[in-house]
Amino acid sequence: MTLDAAAIRSDFPVLEREVNGRPLVFLDSAASSQKPRQVVEAMSEYYYRHHANVHRGAHVLSVEATALYEEARAAVAAFVGADPSGLVFVRNATEAVNLVAASWGRTHLEAGDEVVVSVAEHHANIVPWQMVAAETGAVVRPVGIDGAGRIDLGALRDALSPRTRLVATFHVSNVLGSVNPVAEVAELAHSAGALLFVDGAQAAPHLPVDVAALGCDFYAFSAHKMLGPTGIGALWARPELLAGMPPYMGGGEMISRVTFEGTTFAPPPKRFEAGTPSIAEAVGFAAAVRYLEAVGMDAVRRHDEALVARALERLRGMPGVTLVGPEEGRVGLVTFVVDGVHAHDVATALDLHGVAVRAGQHCAQPLHRELGIAASTRASFYLYNEPAEVDAFADALAAVLAHFAAFA
Amino acid sequence: MGILGDLYQAAVLEHSRRPRNRYRPDRYDLAYPGVNPGCGDEITLYLALDDGRVATVAFEGEGCAISQASASLMTEAVKGRTAREALALAEDFKAMVRGEEPAERLGEARVLRGVSRLHARVKCATLPWVTLEHALAELDAADGGAAPDTG
Repeated sequence: MTLDAAAIRSDFPVLEREVNGRPLVFLDSAASSQKPRQVVEAMSEYYYRHHANVHRGAHVLSVEATALYEEARAAVAAFVGADPSGLVFVRNATEAVNLVAASWGRTHLEAGDEVVVSVAEHHANIVPWQMVAAETGAVVRPVGIDGAGRIDLGALRDALSPRTRLVATFHVSNVLGSVNPVAEVAELAHSAGALLFVDGAQAAPHLPVDVAALGCDFYAFSAHKMLGPTGIGALWARPELLAGMPPYMGGGEMISRVTFEGTTFAPPPKRFEAGTPSIAEAVGFAAAVRYLEAVGMDAVRRHDEALVARALERLRGMPGVTLVGPEEGRVGLVTFVVDGVHAHDVATALDLHGVAVRAGQHCAQPLHRELGIAASTRASFYLYNEPAEVDAFADALAAVLAHFAAFA
Repeated sequence: MGILGDLYQAAVLEHSRRPRNRYRPDRYDLAYPGVNPGCGDEITLYLALDDGRVATVAFEGEGCAISQASASLMTEAVKGRTAREALALAEDFKAMVRGEEPAERLGEARVLRGVSRLHARVKCATLPWVTLEHALAELDAADGGAAPDTG
């Protein structure tokens, strides 16, 4: 089955816009995707007809809101092959990392323990571990990547020791587009007695994900990169791990009984959802995963692969353009540098042609240092992009190169 | 050249590729760093005043064409000016990239007026000028604030 990009595009009103006098070519979905009507309308419908606070259900609206919120949890959990008991709603993947670092990290890391990360992690999968390491005396140990842009399994094997408590790495790299062999990483981590945290922010939008098959212990992703609203994301964790973790924040919703002698906490996942949650956003998140499921994640993946292949084919021949990342197996994006033209100038010049891309270090400074490049430009694709847009991007890039070359 | 040429016109690219005064002087009163953490543009501005005038102004830096061309153009614009005149030029420049009609005394720095249409890049263009303002303020403070009315 292939997907009908034209039909899909009609669900995304923003794609009808013009930018700088040209039709918008939106190639920045890896930063945040656009939203279909179905998601926005589900959230409107919730606010117009069902809103009340959740889990306080003395009246009909509260019961409805609670049902919608918990149905959303079930839908999002099912999307990654999980049971809702292990799915905590958070603000985004970044908060998911912080939750695990603060809750699990503070209670399970001791001085001299190690958290192993790859050099290609997003800052969100580095900094929270550094923060908890500074507090506990644990050490964050980086390992390199291989030629295919994946965590170097040999280096990982060497880095693992009895002091390793956790391996934290990406599923899909937000710069290289490479896919980590998560199941193999899980096996290595587990054989060393460590847990595996997977940053799935770039994978969940593009690939079918099954946390059980991956064998990881924690999996984090953000709604806004996969057609959903901002302000909500998910942390999946093995339920028995969540059961052994203390609360991340205190407040309402997350308690069982509060007295001044001592408070007992609700069981997970509610233990980690203090205060009124993002109910409408959860409803929107569920609408997003339903949209993706209706299209079919296998079709989404094949569509992405075709767009990436076309972009690689067009960019490979361009003088002065160097691709960053593996030759094969990129998911959803193409990152590149241009000789003699700074990444921000490339992005601005493309924007002047109506083509939206991201430039900079993509929240991955250690990776850019490792690769020896100051900054890069990234074009990222999603199910609503068409091959003609890849061509428009490549044509605009060629015009930009010609312009800058004319004054070299 | 159309839309691209408005912003990345020959003079801008010329200044970004062959920047004037891009070196570290043997002697200077102050080296002052400027950075845009959002995009990684950075410069170090070297300044020496002589009798209240900018006697030496030079920079080193890395970044996009706009930030580096702007640094080059800034050094040309303020050399030989009093601190007060240099600060007034910085105001003129910032007003220009906010969309106001450029002041004539900005001279060649006016080639960057196209930045006013690109909100995302205003910070790149103003980085050298804001760094200049901070550096002059620091020199003034080091001077016990005695320099007459620099700001």
